[in-house]
Amino acid sequence: MLKISDLTAGYGPITALRGVSLTAEEGRITAVLGANGAGKTTLLRTISGLHRAESGTVELAGQTITRVPADKMPALGMSHVPEGRGVITELTIDENLRLGGLARGRVKSEELDRIYSLFPPLDERRHVPAATLSGGERQMLVIGRALMARPTLLLLDEPSLGLAPRIVTQIFELLRGLVNDEGLSVLLVEQNARSALSVADHGIVLNLGQVVADDSAATLAADDGLRHAYLGF
Amino acid sequence: MLQFTNTALAGLVLGMIFAAFALALVLIWRSTRILNFAQAPMAVLTTYIALVMIEDGQSYWLAFVVALLCGLVLGAVVERVVIRPVEGKPDINAVILTLGLFIVFKSAAEVIFGTKLRTYPPSFGVRGLSVGDTTIGITTSDFFTIGAVLATMAVLVALFRFTDLGLKMRAAANNQEVAKLLGVKVGAMLTLGWALAAVVGSLSGLLIASGGLVQPSYMDSIVVFGFIAAVIGGLESPVGAVVGGLLLGFSLSFVSGYIGAQLVALVALGILMLVLTFRPGGLFAATQGRRV
Repeated sequence: MLKISDLTAGYGPITALRGVSLTAEEGRITAVLGANGAGKTTLLRTISGLHRAESGTVELAGQTITRVPADKMPALGMSHVPEGRGVITELTIDENLRLGGLARGRVKSEELDRIYSLFPPLDERRHVPAATLSGGERQMLVIGRALMARPTLLLLDEPSLGLAPRIVTQIFELLRGLVNDEGLSVLLVEQNARSALSVADHGIVLNLGQVVADDSAATLAADDGLRHAYLGF
Repeated sequence: MLQFTNTALAGLVLGMIFAAFALALVLIWRSTRILNFAQAPMAVLTTYIALVMIEDGQSYWLAFVVALLCGLVLGAVVERVVIRPVEGKPDINAVILTLGLFIVFKSAAEVIFGTKLRTYPPSFGVRGLSVGDTTIGITTSDFFTIGAVLATMAVLVALFRFTDLGLKMRAAANNQEVAKLLGVKVGAMLTLGWALAAVVGSLSGLLIASGGLVQPSYMDSIVVFGFIAAVIGGLESPVGAVVGGLLLGFSLSFVSGYIGAQLVALVALGILMLVLTFRPGGLFAATQGRRV
C-alpha cells in the first residue's frame, strides 16, 4: 500500500529523518513507535506532503507521491489526521464531516449517515459547533472526517494523546473493525507503544530519525530489551 | 413627527452605508482572518474608474459593473502579490501591510485622479419621496442602497452557510494546514476571499459616492464607523454587520438631529465600548471568543 524508501527530511540544519525505509501493508495496521523527537510526526508530514522530503521516495499503491502537494492527497486515497487532531472548532460537526467529503466531490447524505452510524455520539449533535466536543469525541470526529474522503490509507498522528484509556481502547477497536471489514490500511504514529502494539499488526520503532526495529507487533511487544530501550514499558 | 421620521430615515440610509463597508470587512475576516485597512482606498480607486467612465459618457450601470469587476481583480492581485508572501507568518504582518497599502492606494488615487471635488451622479432619483402632500427624507437612490446592502448580506449568509465553496473558505481561514489535508486549495480560497471582499468594498464605495461629491479621501469618514459597525456585529456575521451598521446609523442620526452633531464621534465610541464590555465578541459572535 505505502512504500517509503530511504526518506530523509529535516528543518534547516536539523535532520529529523535519516534514510527511513518502511512499508505499510494493505489491510493492516502499521504502528510507528518511538519517543518524543524520534521523527514520527515529521515522517507523517513528509508522507502527506506537508513537509518537503530532502531525498528518498514515497509510493502509494505503486504511484510515486513524493512531490505531490498535501491538498491532492485525499483524492489519491490518503487521509492524514494530524497531531492535535485539527478539529475546526468554528464549524459544526456536520460541517466538519462534509468538509472531509468534499475532496471526493459532492457529499452524499448516505455517506454522512454511515459515519454517524460508526460514531453515535456525533449523531446526536450534528448541528452543534465542534468546539463543544470532548477530547474523545473530537478524535471520533477527525477520524470520521478523514473517512468521508473514502481513503484506502489512513495516517493517524497520536490518536491516543490526552484520552482516557477506555476511550483509546474504544477508538482502536473501531479502527480494527474498519481494517477487518473494509480493508482499510492504517499507518499509526504513537508514543503510547503498549496500546498501539495491542492493536497493530506490524510495528516500526524510530529513534533519532532512524529505524531501529521493524517486525510484527507481537514480536516487538515480546522483546524486553527493545521495550525498555525505546518504548518505555 | 416629520422631523422624527426624517431623522429615522436618514439613520436607516446612513446605517446601510456603514453596513456596506462593514460587510466587506466581515467577508475578508471570515475568509482570511485578517482585517484589511486598505479597503477604503481600494474602493476609492474603483469608484473613480466608474466616475471617469460616466464622465466619458458611458452608461451609469456599465460603469457600475466595471468598477465591481475592477474590485474583483484588484483584490485578487493584492492578495497574490502583496499578502501571499506573508501568509503563514503572524497575522499582524498582513494587517500592517494593509496599512501600508492604505497609504499607497490613497496616494495613487490622488496622483491619478487629482484631489479636486467631483460630482458623482446618483443611481436613481434624489428627490424625496412624497407621502400625501409631505415629502419625506428618503429617495429612490436610497432605496437602491438599502436593497443592494440587504441583497449582499443575503448572498454572503448563503455563501458561508449553505455552499460547499463557503465551507472550504471558512476551513481555509480557520486552519490552513488542516484544510490542506482535507483537499482544500487554500491559496485559491484566500485569493477568492480577497477578491470577493474587494467587490463588496467597491460596492460600498459606489453606494457612498452615489449622488455626492467624490475626492480621494471621501470615504475616510465612513471607514471608522464601518469598522465600528463590523466589530459591534462580531466581525463573523454578515447579519451582525448590518445590525451593527443600523444601530450605529440610527444612534448617530438621532444624536446629531436632536442633541448636536459634535457628539456623534463620542456616541459611536460609547456604543462600541458598551458592546465590547458586555458582549466582548460582538453582538453576533459565535460561542467561543474571538482572537484578533
